[in-house]
Amino acid sequence: MNKTSRAPLPYNPKVLDLFRNPKNLGKMEDATVTAVAGNPSCGDMITFYLKINEQEIIEKASFESYGCAANIATSSIVTEMIKGNTLEEAWKVTWKNVSEEVGGLPTVKFHCGILAVGALKRAIRTYYDRKKVSPSWLPREHTFEEKQALEEEELAKVLSKRMKAGE
Amino acid sequence: MVENVKELLKAHEGLKHEVYLDIENASPVPAEILEAMLPYYNKYAYGNPTLTHKPGWEAFEMIMESSQKIADHLVCKSLEEVNFTPGETEANNLALIGTCLSKRGKGKNVVISEVEPISIMEITNLLKSYGFKTVKIPVDDEGLIKLEKLKEVINKETILVSLATVNHEIGTIQPVREALKIVKDANPETIFHTDASDTYGKIPFNVKDLNIDLATISSHKILGPRGIGVLYVKTGNNVERILEGQIGTQKLWPGIENTPLIVGFTKASGLAFQNFEKNTNHMRKLRDTLIDGIFEKIPSVRLNGPKGDKRAPDNANISFLKCEGEALTIELSLKGTYVSSGSACSRRLLQPSHVLVAIGRKFEEAHGSILMKTTRIHTEEDINYALEVIPKAVERIRGITGSTGVE
Repeated sequence: MNKTSRAPLPYNPKVLDLFRNPKNLGKMEDATVTAVAGNPSCGDMITFYLKINEQEIIEKASFESYGCAANIATSSIVTEMIKGNTLEEAWKVTWKNVSEEVGGLPTVKFHCGILAVGALKRAIRTYYDRKKVSPSWLPREHTFEEKQALEEEELAKVLSKRMKAGE
Repeated sequence: MVENVKELLKAHEGLKHEVYLDIENASPVPAEILEAMLPYYNKYAYGNPTLTHKPGWEAFEMIMESSQKIADHLVCKSLEEVNFTPGETEANNLALIGTCLSKRGKGKNVVISEVEPISIMEITNLLKSYGFKTVKIPVDDEGLIKLEKLKEVINKETILVSLATVNHEIGTIQPVREALKIVKDANPETIFHTDASDTYGKIPFNVKDLNIDLATISSHKILGPRGIGVLYVKTGNNVERILEGQIGTQKLWPGIENTPLIVGFTKASGLAFQNFEKNTNHMRKLRDTLIDGIFEKIPSVRLNGPKGDKRAPDNANISFLKCEGEALTIELSLKGTYVSSGSACSRRLLQPSHVLVAIGRKFEEAHGSILMKTTRIHTEEDINYALEVIPKAVERIRGITGSTGVE
């Protein structure tokens, strides 16, 4: 067990507002691409739905989230931030932008913003993978957010294996 | 950060009813207990009980009388066995570290279970750095300790066993009497401690009859003020002090005694034991109403911990599938219902409640768990209000989850 403090989570009004009235919530039936990040066993999982037109502009974005208030708020804000963006513009969104956009997150909740951006980047990659094209701006290497999402998912696997083994 | 909390609080304005069910983590102090305490701050017995003046002697008298009352509730042989500490955490630290220090050279092994309160779990990490080794006994899916495993691990090196009588999270009543017999049969020198914080005032508990060595009890779990607890130490057992300073009436805890808190704990004890049967029946009835109502109104829920006689009368711990616990606690708070969750998110640790994991709950079940406890002062109206609010809150959070992740 670690020594993390349990000071009350000081969610700011923007996070609270997005938690209470999330924008772009729900499954999108006509999504061009869907991406998932996180794992329910970590208590954090996001699904992103993007509707992308022929000009590679995100016409619609929506989300579903199994997660805490920060997870819900950051997922929601990402869908707001990228609406109308080209995929190249959307790719430039970082977890820091997301955190700023929701007015800052408590330190222990940074990973929620990272996961939201990880899911977005995964969705964009999936889109191009499927088209079998690779635009010059799309790095081959995973970005920080994608790596973090993978790490969190890997950790979830390790933890549940450990649990099953009765350790 | 404080500004954010102010905004969070503003979002709660206009609540028509509020129900506080997070007794596990802190509790309100009923007016009659607070009123009993107040004179001891500035009207009476405000002196240091070890000093030779009237306010000091008054404090001495009050502390001795309080010790005797609590000794009576616990059925101790003498008031000398009652040691006030600043709470459950401190009493547990004193019990475990103090026993290990007094047993230096006699053995290195400590035995606890996988479902002990955080203070016990954490202390064993500290003990490890002092060279003591802890074995954790597993539990079954209701949280009952596996006695056969306990039997296997007790040996000549075992200096201390600590098993809570009632589990703080899922209310499991442990077979402490049987565990005690197993331990003493295997090694009569082994000291047996129990954290009885969720036992005292909830189910019958008699230290003399049980013949237990050490027991922790805590004021806030019975609606007394927080910041005060007791470590019962059976006459003849040696526990070393873990803090040094001016020693007053309390041999095991230095510093000036907090007379008003001692008075508050004693008053809360009196009220809990005055109508013990009536109080515990009341808790049980409201708790059952709460659990039954949730099961009736909400699909995909699971009760954590046992049913019936194996469960403490006040405890309700329920997992809501496809519903993340921290989000649910916030949603419930905004509707005036205050609970806690075993979710990793609300606990600020990446892992969910160790108790729920130990009874074999999947992580996603543990993340959606809510802990509630009823008390003698809760009313039917309170529970009905909670039952009105909880289904709507669960429905909204499940709406956000949608089709994500959980099958």
